[in-house]
This record gives sequence, C-alpha cells and structure tokens, in this order.
Amino acid sequence: MLHILKKHKFLFSELVKRDFKKKYKGTIMGVGWSVLSPLLTLLIMRLVFTHFFGSSIPHYTIYLFCGNIIFSYFKDSTTQGLEALSANSQIFTRCNVPKYLFLLSKNVESLINFGITVIVLLIFCIIDQITFTWMFVLLIYPIITVFLFNIGLGFILSAMRIFYKDISYLWRVFTLLVMYVSAIFYSTKTYPETIQKLFYLNPVYVYISYFRSIIIDGVIPSVWIHLLMLFYAAVVVAIGLLIYKKFNHKFLYYV
Amino acid sequence: MSVLELEDVSVKYIVGDIKNVGLKETILKKISGKYHKKEFWADRHITFSLEKGDFLGIIGTNGAGKTTLLKAISHIMVPNEGIVRLNGTVSSLIELASGFDSDLTVKENIYLRGAILGYTKEQLTSSYKDILEFSELAEFEDRPFKQLSSGMKSRLAFAVASYVNPDLLILDEVLSVGDGAFRKKSEAKMKEIINGGATTILVSHLLEQIREMSNKVLWLNKGEQITFGTNVEEICDAYSMFLKNKVIPKNEEEIKLFAQQYREQQNG
Repeated sequence: MLHILKKHKFLFSELVKRDFKKKYKGTIMGVGWSVLSPLLTLLIMRLVFTHFFGSSIPHYTIYLFCGNIIFSYFKDSTTQGLEALSANSQIFTRCNVPKYLFLLSKNVESLINFGITVIVLLIFCIIDQITFTWMFVLLIYPIITVFLFNIGLGFILSAMRIFYKDISYLWRVFTLLVMYVSAIFYSTKTYPETIQKLFYLNPVYVYISYFRSIIIDGVIPSVWIHLLMLFYAAVVVAIGLLIYKKFNHKFLYYV
Repeated sequence: MSVLELEDVSVKYIVGDIKNVGLKETILKKISGKYHKKEFWADRHITFSLEKGDFLGIIGTNGAGKTTLLKAISHIMVPNEGIVRLNGTVSSLIELASGFDSDLTVKENIYLRGAILGYTKEQLTSSYKDILEFSELAEFEDRPFKQLSSGMKSRLAFAVASYVNPDLLILDEVLSVGDGAFRKKSEAKMKEIINGGATTILVSHLLEQIREMSNKVLWLNKGEQITFGTNVEEICDAYSMFLKNKVIPKNEEEIKLFAQQYREQQNG
C-alpha cells in the first residue's frame, strides 16, 4: 500500500488541497473556523454544565475541552470519511485511481484541523496554570491511535454508504449516542465500579481519558490502556481493509 | 511485444435495485419479494491483441459491452475471467468532464484533473501553460470552474486530457469537442497524438470515422465478440448490412457474404 501511495503522491496532495479549499471556500473566517468552532462549543458547555459538574471536577474547562476536541475529531473525521467514496464516485468509475486515497485525504484534512485544536487546548492549559511536563509528549500516542481508528471506521462506513445511502443518517444518530456515553461533560467517578469499567468499551472514551490523565492528573495510564487503544484501532482498520479488499471492484456497480 | 493483449476476457455486470438505495428500501423490497438484482455477462470471451501504433475501432449497437470492455482494459473494472495484459501506461478518455470540481478555479482544476489522469507533478507543471493556451482559457485562470460555459468546460477537459502522452489511448466517442473552430483544432490534436505512435482504441457510432482511421476492428454484440480483424472495410460493410437487416453473421464466410451484399446494394 505504501509504494502505491508514493506513486500517487501527487494525486494525493491534490486531493488534500481540494478537500481543504472546498471546506473553507466562501467562509470569511477560513481556517479560523477550526479554532472558533470548538471554542464556541466549549463556551456553551461551560455555561450550561458548570453548575452541575463544575465544582466536583478540577480544571473543569480543560476537562471539557479534552472531551470536546477528541469527540469532534472523531465525529468530523468519520462523518466526512463516510461520504468520501460516494462523493467521488464520478471519478473512480471513470478513471483508474486507488479508491482509498479519497478517504485518506479526508482523514488527513480532519487530522490537521484536530492538530489546530490541540494547539488551542495547550494554550488554554497555560491560561489554566497547568504545568507542562515531559509526559505531554505521550499525547502523540492517542493522536496516532485515534487517527487510525477514524481511518478504519472511514473504510467501513464509506463502503456501507455505497450500498445503502441512509447510513449517513443512522451514523449521525449513532454519534449523538457516542457523545452521551463518552463522559465529555460529566465524570464517570459518580458511577459504581462496574459501570465505570463499562465505559472502557467505548473507544472514544478511552482516547479522551488518556488525554485527561496526562494533562490534568499528570499520570501515565497503564500498559493495558495503551494496548486497549491500539487494539481498538487495529480491529477497525483490519475490518475496514477486509471490506475494501472484498468489495473494491464491486463499488462501481452500486453508484 | 504487444501493447495490449486480451485473452478470453469476460466481465460481469450487475443491474437491479442496487443503485443509490437505502437500507429500509432494500429490506422492504426483500421482504415483499420485489427485490430485483441481476448479473449478466457484459462481455464474454473477448480475445484480441494490439501492436504499437495500431488503431482499433470498436463497433456495436447499444448494450454491446463496449464501454465495459474499455473499463476492463483501463483497470477500472476487473475481468471475472481471462487476462488483460497491458504493457505501458494507459489513458482513457471516458466521459471527459468527470473529476472536475465546480468550486475550484480553472488552475486548481487543471492540477486536480491532471493528477487524476496520472500526470506526474513535473509533467503537469511543464505542460500547464500549453494546456491553458490550448483550451483558450488563459484569462479565466483564476475563475471558479462553475462560472465557465459548457463549451469552455469541454474545451478545458479535452485540453487536460490531450497532453498525457500515454502508450495506449482509449477514446469513448470523443475525438473532438466544442464549436466549429475548436472542433477542428481538437481533431488535429487528436490526430497528432495518434500519429505520434500511440496505440489507440476508439469506440464510435460513426462508421466513417472507423473506416478512415482504424487498421483493426472489433465488433461486439450483446457482449459476444462477432469478429476481430484487419479487414476493416469488409467488417464495416458487414456491420452496415447488420444494421439494416438485424441478422448477425455466424462466421467469417457470412461476414464476407454480408459485406458483398452490402456493396451490391450500394452500387445497385
């Protein structure tokens, strides 16, 4: 796959450019939206939820922010990845191009956006007087694993979207569900032990809690958590690749 | 060494309630037994080969499997049986206007479409000026694609496609585009590529074009290969006869006979 990627480097960079330009064309703020949009969400959540949870959770703003940006990245990346194939069907039914490039370019675009929000998060950490330690370097691990996780889901969803167009709506509802079970604005500590453990079945929650653990608690999560994060990413990527391998040449009948 | 070799190639196609449907629709149709999905052979047992510089004309009525065959040759589709052997690069101009993005500018679109067609960055940078000039859109360089007229769009599409210089060029009903002056210009450009040594495959309903340009002809009917050969005039005459009386020749003798009949009719 890598050597094909190298061969199509030019096409890939043009696709990323296209996705970027399309996203921000006609907006006054341009890339500024990537900064402003999570800040606005943060502001709203802060106003709404501080009264309920703010007093019991230290650094509540940062707590919210961590949850928010990772969930937004997950949502943004998968909802866009879902359309990656169908939106480009006019191209791959008429030209011989590797189809996964369309998905990867969307994912790279979302990753860059996410990167910008992470920088904003770090600025907030300074404002909230959180001390930076060497541990912050480890944040690269959840970023890589969540990136792979999103790509894997993108493979699965974009293939399903080709076969059934209403997957987009179902996925939108599903992400809403994910949002409520990812402990974005509340803490799991108020739940009994067994229920707390159930949260680890939700990959998005695991990625979020890694961020919080490093930034707020200053604690490196256990090896098991690291393995669990990798496991989730590997499983969806594997399923996604299998689906692509099986249906790669069938997609064009369905669009 | 042949540029292209097809050995007993068969390609399936699927039709039915599968395009752009929802999960709900599909389930409901399956329950009520109305679900309809059919596989058929769009191309069956196609065998031929092309040498460097050959010009192949493909003829056949609608639904003969011409476009599907072109897609199999350019690796957009994968044959279910048989082998497609291709030595070198291929560029297929199947529906020229695909891959353009209406929100991007002309310049951005030339790069995007070029990359899709398989240009390298260096190739495109060096032929960018020529492409722009050829399409006569120099003053529209920074305009969004959607602001162009449809004539301008097809000019641009043609210009980007015509600077690829592939070993095998595949043309689906496109030899020239645009209005009077540009039509001549694009046809001349196409001939320049063809005469430059590229191997070419042309699908066309204009028999005159095939007669004039091809040195080999492939006749398809409902996915079956009726004949393939260098006797271009004969095959075209037989095909003209078929268009009149709708009878398919069963073997080479019948093709000769049909061609004979056609010529007699023309002269008499």
